[in-house]
Amino acid sequence: MIGQALADGILTGGILALGAIGYSLSVKILKFANFAHAEFLSVGAYLALTLAALMGAGTPIDPLSFGLPLIAATIIAGVATGVIAILVDTLVFSRLRARRAAALTLVFASFGMALILRNLVLLLWGPNAHYYGQELQIAIEVLPDVRMLPDHVFVLVLTILLVLSLHFFLQTSRVGVAMRAMADSPALSQACGIDTASVIRWTWLLAGMLAACAGVFAGLTVQIRPELGFNMLLAVLTAAVLGGAGNLFGAVVGGLVVGLAESLSVLIIPASFKPAIPFLLLLIVLYVRPQGLFTKSVRA
Amino acid sequence: MIGVLSYFVFFCSVALILAIVVLGLNLQWGNTGLFNAGIAGFYAIGAYGFAILTAAPRADLIGNFGLPWIVGVAGAMAASAFIALVIGIATLRLRDDYLAIATFGIAATIQLLALNLDPLTGGAMGISSLPNPFRGLFPASILNNLCYLALIVALVFVVYAGLQRIVASPWGRVLKAIREDEIAARTLGKNIDMFRLQAFVLGAMLMGLGGALYVSFIGFVSPADFMPILTFQVWTMLIIGGSGNNKGAILGAVVVWGLWSLIGAVTVQFLPPHFQIYGGATQAVLIGLILVLTLLLRPRGLIGERTTASRHAT
Repeated sequence: MIGQALADGILTGGILALGAIGYSLSVKILKFANFAHAEFLSVGAYLALTLAALMGAGTPIDPLSFGLPLIAATIIAGVATGVIAILVDTLVFSRLRARRAAALTLVFASFGMALILRNLVLLLWGPNAHYYGQELQIAIEVLPDVRMLPDHVFVLVLTILLVLSLHFFLQTSRVGVAMRAMADSPALSQACGIDTASVIRWTWLLAGMLAACAGVFAGLTVQIRPELGFNMLLAVLTAAVLGGAGNLFGAVVGGLVVGLAESLSVLIIPASFKPAIPFLLLLIVLYVRPQGLFTKSVRA
Repeated sequence: MIGVLSYFVFFCSVALILAIVVLGLNLQWGNTGLFNAGIAGFYAIGAYGFAILTAAPRADLIGNFGLPWIVGVAGAMAASAFIALVIGIATLRLRDDYLAIATFGIAATIQLLALNLDPLTGGAMGISSLPNPFRGLFPASILNNLCYLALIVALVFVVYAGLQRIVASPWGRVLKAIREDEIAARTLGKNIDMFRLQAFVLGAMLMGLGGALYVSFIGFVSPADFMPILTFQVWTMLIIGGSGNNKGAILGAVVVWGLWSLIGAVTVQFLPPHFQIYGGATQAVLIGLILVLTLLLRPRGLIGERTTASRHAT
């Protein structure tokens, strides 16, 4: 029972971590809390759905419920979501930045964008739930007494690969180093000749791509609905705050803590109260350790 | 004729109740720069606080004490104030966006509790037969509603006058100083955390008052009235009216509620029934667009804040 809850929690936690990493990147580099981030999850999930449908069913790769089309669709949807994020920035956030608006004005605008994106998804794809495939799957026993669907194992492995390659990208690539420099000090990095506009575009692209992957994974594990992203928003934000916004592995641990807390809570309280768990965690963190688990101190 | 008049009374009542909520937000955001992302939550706390205190006793529910109207309203404001205090103490000394995240969380959690904590809130069914001081006073219900509207108008006036007074007072000037330059205000020896907490709690109390007035007006409370969209509506009202200006807050409430009702009526009229769900989504997209475009193109809103300078400035 506990083992199963742990496995479910790690799966949810991994997906939340992908969302939280993208969110933390934008907080660190763009210096505002982007509440529209969760909507990129929905946008990515639906884009992948439509693209996969356009590419035709394809044959499912044996134990999985989906075939190559969905994998290709996810990659294209990831890039497309990144481009949409850049577009939103060009249309709204960059103009506010140019006017030197307060950070909270950008937060405000991000709420407006969230409302627009969420309801555009609803208008375009309708209110009903969608699925990537109709294949029925049989859970496999990955550990004694712990069963997971093959899709879920796939999602978990891919999540780990994504986090590792992102870490590698941020540590070694030129763009990654520029991003970290700008997170530390925008003024200094500009003085060092870093093209800040291009770093900002990269940030949106990465955040959008990660969000789209998280959206597709969430769609694979549950179902695709217009509220998919919005319903995960609080958990994603909590994971990011818990990890100390900006720290990649912090966001991963934050995601895992939230995912595990959610799935373990069901053992104690009725499942209908599960969505309140992130908020409880958030309040505890804000009272006890507001700088997050992995940040030294820094009170701005 | 009676139909038009009773719709007008209904419209004005809701718009002016929302105006009280917008005035509360104006104190938090317009005057102090505190970002409250959970307006629907504080409104719901007021509404449920009022319902639990005043509804006639029912065997299957805890609460429902059948207390007088005025006790319900006071209790609603106290409950909102208490939750605001808990959230405020946790977040107001932190970076600005933590308040946004925490208030967003409280609104989502309150909605969840309203829906699932059946013994206290009545679950999805809610609680009905809530008292209204004027119900049954006259045989014609429109006269009763007119009396209630008069009460709301009086309350809006009291809240407006009170806010105008305190915003102009030294206390209000400190709030503006905090909004404009936190470090400068701190350097002048002001305990800015305390000032922000006071403004936040006071604003949340007004939101709770709005919630109580609303459910007392419609006579029942149910989770459907406290969807996240309410938070967006109230923001749009303040941004359109002009944040930092109490008259703007009231004007924004009436204008945006009018627009919202109009778009709603048009979609009901012209959309086939199975497209009605899209009507709500269209309304939401428009509200979002108005919000973002106002921030981009006319950040001052319709009226905007009056620039004030010290009498001693040259």
